[in-house]
Amino acid sequence: MVVKLGVPSKGRLMEKTFEWFSERGVTLSRAGSEREYSGAVEGIKGVELVLLSASEIPRELAAGRIHMGVTGSDLVRDKLASWDSKVIEMAPMGFGHADLIIAVPKAWVDVDTLDDLDAAAAAFRARHGFRLRIATKYHHLIREFLKQNGVADYQLVDSQGATEGTVKNLTAEAIADITSTGETLRANHLKILSGDPVHCSQATLFKSRMAHWTDDTRATLVTLKDMLGLGD
Amino acid sequence: MARVEITKAAIKAEAARLKAFFEAQGALPVEMDILLPAEVLLDLYGEDIRARAYMTQDPERGEMMLRPDFTVPVVQEHMSNGAEPARYTYAGEVFRKQEDMPTRANEYFQVGYEVFDGSDPAAADAEVFAHFANVLSDSGLHAATGDIGILKAAVAGLKTTERRRAALLRHIWRPRRFRALMTRFSEAGTTLRLQNLERVRANLAQPEAPFIGLRTQTEIDMRIEALEEDASEPPISAGEIELLDDILSLKETLPHVLSQLRDITVDLPAISEAVSLLSRRTEALAKRGVDVDNLDFEASYGRTSMEYYDGFVFGFYAEGRPDLPPVATGGRYDALTAVLGQGRSIPAVGGVIRPNVLLSLKGGA
Repeated sequence: MVVKLGVPSKGRLMEKTFEWFSERGVTLSRAGSEREYSGAVEGIKGVELVLLSASEIPRELAAGRIHMGVTGSDLVRDKLASWDSKVIEMAPMGFGHADLIIAVPKAWVDVDTLDDLDAAAAAFRARHGFRLRIATKYHHLIREFLKQNGVADYQLVDSQGATEGTVKNLTAEAIADITSTGETLRANHLKILSGDPVHCSQATLFKSRMAHWTDDTRATLVTLKDMLGLGD
Repeated sequence: MARVEITKAAIKAEAARLKAFFEAQGALPVEMDILLPAEVLLDLYGEDIRARAYMTQDPERGEMMLRPDFTVPVVQEHMSNGAEPARYTYAGEVFRKQEDMPTRANEYFQVGYEVFDGSDPAAADAEVFAHFANVLSDSGLHAATGDIGILKAAVAGLKTTERRRAALLRHIWRPRRFRALMTRFSEAGTTLRLQNLERVRANLAQPEAPFIGLRTQTEIDMRIEALEEDASEPPISAGEIELLDDILSLKETLPHVLSQLRDITVDLPAISEAVSLLSRRTEALAKRGVDVDNLDFEASYGRTSMEYYDGFVFGFYAEGRPDLPPVATGGRYDALTAVLGQGRSIPAVGGVIRPNVLLSLKGGA
């Protein structure tokens, strides 16, 4: 039995993950051609690299098909119900920082806080006959956040990409998305609500609670944790 | 502890027994669709229901929902075809995602009893509660009651602006936000109200941003007007805030609560009608043999779980079993019929029993 380690299969997230492991003496690499989604692990025995889309890693961890995985902490929280019963955060990795935020048109001079958003939503619903629409792909996180903060009279509309454009296209009144610099928001005449972000995300190494662990894989995990500097 | 597996056949039989009981009390049995158009339910309950209900898509009918409860379809059926007074009972499955409590059933039976009879609301409230108490009497359950009408009346009677009263009324079912609003509108919130307005003025002084989206300039202007009013109006008096706090913290047996509420009425006459309804309901309950002297009443009961219940509310719980959902819940929902009837409202009170929970108590105790 080997420990299966899920890592994002492309882009900066993959490169940064490879770097993070290599700084700790574990060399991850793609096998064969650039296009082949399998990898090699050097520096430790008994670990298999599985290259996956970052958005599939939460599901694979929850299903126990991989023992460990690297993905954004936002994705784990949004995609897994009761996420902390299925995975354990082993280490924040210090890159891939992004904040999940709620943004409204900059022209809304009367809206800066969640209080304001709630009041605007009430008046909007009374006037337009439907709930104020917030475009997002982070349905679970945003719904929980707005519920905790007692915001009413809104609805979430699904947007899997180019979310910042939905307000101008009249398919939403506000948006909830991740941002690192806020540049795309500004370019689309949106401003971020004041207060703490809904969630501060970063690339994180997770361990699955659902995967099958044997004496062998547990021993490998101890060695790996030691190399990565993650004490118990 | 071994978990007693209760078969679906046993649950169905229990549901049939409960439904037969309600039929014997004069209720008309009704059947409802399992696949419901999603639009009405989404508009009523918003994202809360989207998080809990199973949605699907029909090429002809658009978004559909697996029945999350019976109340809405029963009200709709009654409003389009029923004549008053009417009493209905039903039994069937409802479907709810349990993201927060994955061990709870996501498909379970409900048996309900609903009364549409405006002739004597106090008597109708008591009738529903008494039937539930009777049919559940041998299960040793604890009953909780409340009355959201009292809090609503208290808010509606506050000597403050219409906007503030409306804002508080809107958030009666969200206690945290209600509390935040109470603070903002009180003496303690004076600085905050001024800051809110100053913030908007600072935004106005910035270079104008292009106007995007459906929300109009008029709506923004109206909100600024509201903030100006809020900043200049005197706060809700400390005395009134204290009275609201007194009401919110009421938790006693029914007779004690009634006497305390009568005291509060002296300073807050706006609640006198709601208190007299509670008093008449108490008499009606006693007349039906309910032990009102030992019946618990909590003024805040039902605020978190039951939006649209706007008067009498009740629940039956298995004591010492916080792992189980309530065995039965119910209440008055005139406000729901007003929303569904688009202006037309029908006095309505009712409740549901979960036969699976009832059986798990009988079998697993």
